[in-house]
Amino acid sequence: MRRTMERPLTQNIVPGREPLSLGEYEKAGGYEALRKALRETPAEIRAEVTKANLLGRGGAGFSAGRKWSHMPTGAEARGPRYLVVNADEMEPATMKDRLLMEGDPHQLIEAIIISSYAIDASVAYIFVRREYHLSARRLEKAAAEAYAAGYLGKSVLGSGYGLDVRIHRSAGRYMCGEAAGMLNAIEGKRAIPRSRPPHMAQVGLWGKPTLVNNVETLANVPHIVLHGWEWFRGLSRSAEEGGTKIYGASGRVKRPGLWELPMGTTAREIIEGQAGGIADGRALKGFLPGGASSEFLTEKHLDVKMDFASVRAAGSHFGTGTLVVLDDRTCPVGACYSLELFFSRESCGWCTPCREGLPWVARTLEALEEGRGEAGDLEVLDEHVRDIQPDHTFCDLATGAMLSLGGALKYFREDFERHVREKRCPYE
Amino acid sequence: MLSERERLEIEAELARHGGDRRSAVTEALVIVQRHRGWVPDEAVADLADFLKMSPDEVDGIATFYSLIYRRPVGRHVILVCDSVSCWIMGYRTIREHLGKRLGIALGETTADGRFTLLPVACLGACEQAPAMMVDEDLHGTLTAEKVDEILERYL
Repeated sequence: MRRTMERPLTQNIVPGREPLSLGEYEKAGGYEALRKALRETPAEIRAEVTKANLLGRGGAGFSAGRKWSHMPTGAEARGPRYLVVNADEMEPATMKDRLLMEGDPHQLIEAIIISSYAIDASVAYIFVRREYHLSARRLEKAAAEAYAAGYLGKSVLGSGYGLDVRIHRSAGRYMCGEAAGMLNAIEGKRAIPRSRPPHMAQVGLWGKPTLVNNVETLANVPHIVLHGWEWFRGLSRSAEEGGTKIYGASGRVKRPGLWELPMGTTAREIIEGQAGGIADGRALKGFLPGGASSEFLTEKHLDVKMDFASVRAAGSHFGTGTLVVLDDRTCPVGACYSLELFFSRESCGWCTPCREGLPWVARTLEALEEGRGEAGDLEVLDEHVRDIQPDHTFCDLATGAMLSLGGALKYFREDFERHVREKRCPYE
Repeated sequence: MLSERERLEIEAELARHGGDRRSAVTEALVIVQRHRGWVPDEAVADLADFLKMSPDEVDGIATFYSLIYRRPVGRHVILVCDSVSCWIMGYRTIREHLGKRLGIALGETTADGRFTLLPVACLGACEQAPAMMVDEDLHGTLTAEKVDEILERYL
């Protein structure tokens, strides 16, 4: 069967239907990329992925190829080396990795084998959040099929390269999605961050070289290997960034959902085109471009291309590329309260700005919503947005938590002031 | 004392995952909870012994995770999503309805021991917000009527 070039990541996914079994996946061209990869050297694959400019889909947007190149290689390098797949999808409004794991688990398994080969890792962990029961079941089944067929194990397809895949299921905590926290969790410790340096490419899981990549990032790898970096760049409408992107929209749109589109598709095409526009004939109030850890944008940003560089230039973060849409009946202060409640609850408590600052912010927002706001509350919020900055905290959880609030205070300040002035939520 | 079945299941987990014994601690807590409904103090001590950790270390893990219960819960646990997309799409109405219908607040268990109601972070089902999970089943596009109908299925 010919591969659909426009949406490689979701070509095998039919919503509501069982994913392809191993045999069906092979018939659709599956594991061809792995066979091709094994004929190449790991260095060649790393170079191809670097040229493709595949940027990390977990939210940070760092070049996957460059991240891979930090891993030590060769006979002198310490081992074993680990690949850790971040499938702890807990970022509010983010649902894209679930689609990929439930919809085409073999694609992820194949991606993991190729990527592990490229960095010469001998063990790969898939770290899945506990609530994703169906994802875990389907990945377990796909991995078992892959072992039985010789795609995994001591010698992948008789190549002499060996790989074990282990599925680690979490038990509920957003902090585990932070890379160092995730390594601690796999080791059976509390998922607190680690100080850097050392970089985890040098000192990672059990002190050994480790690479952590997001599910969607890795899912692109077989397609890059099969069709080349130029093809991958050509999929995109973005200036520099390659590939397609699984975009999402939720909140007050007519048709919430997920769509694989060229990287660099505009917010307008996603909200008005794919999602059918704002529901119930209302107007757009604002939107988060990339899940909970991004600044609000407004109507004037609708023509911004949704890619890392363009969203950064517009003053926000592309994050996970899953949009949250507020209409003019949705209270932005209430939305911020929900966001900060999430972050304060999910803080691991390791460093003070996060442990103490986030609950204070959440309680202040709750007071505003309940009509107990006071003069000076907005200044308290401003202060947290200003002071909870990178290098004031161990990891990015608290700094990410301040992005949406900072954007809301900038674009919807009048709404915050009205809560204080009127001693109630004007949207109730 | 860990039961024979609990020990066997944890051993199988250790064999499957390699690594050192403590790396199985999360799954071991889940196994105990699957058999007993929650994780009592004596199980924490027994797991510590079995995994060569201190009881405090095991409790540190148990209390870190929102889905490990250190107090008894009902036969069914309702996880109601309060993250931003569900919040926008009517979380508060659903929570209020659940509270009224069951006569409990978040964090509480019904007197008959049937349901415990807990908030949960985004279930990754934002296209069908508002959403909740009962035991291992995801339910989306909730309305008050639909919630009533769903609860009837969990006896």
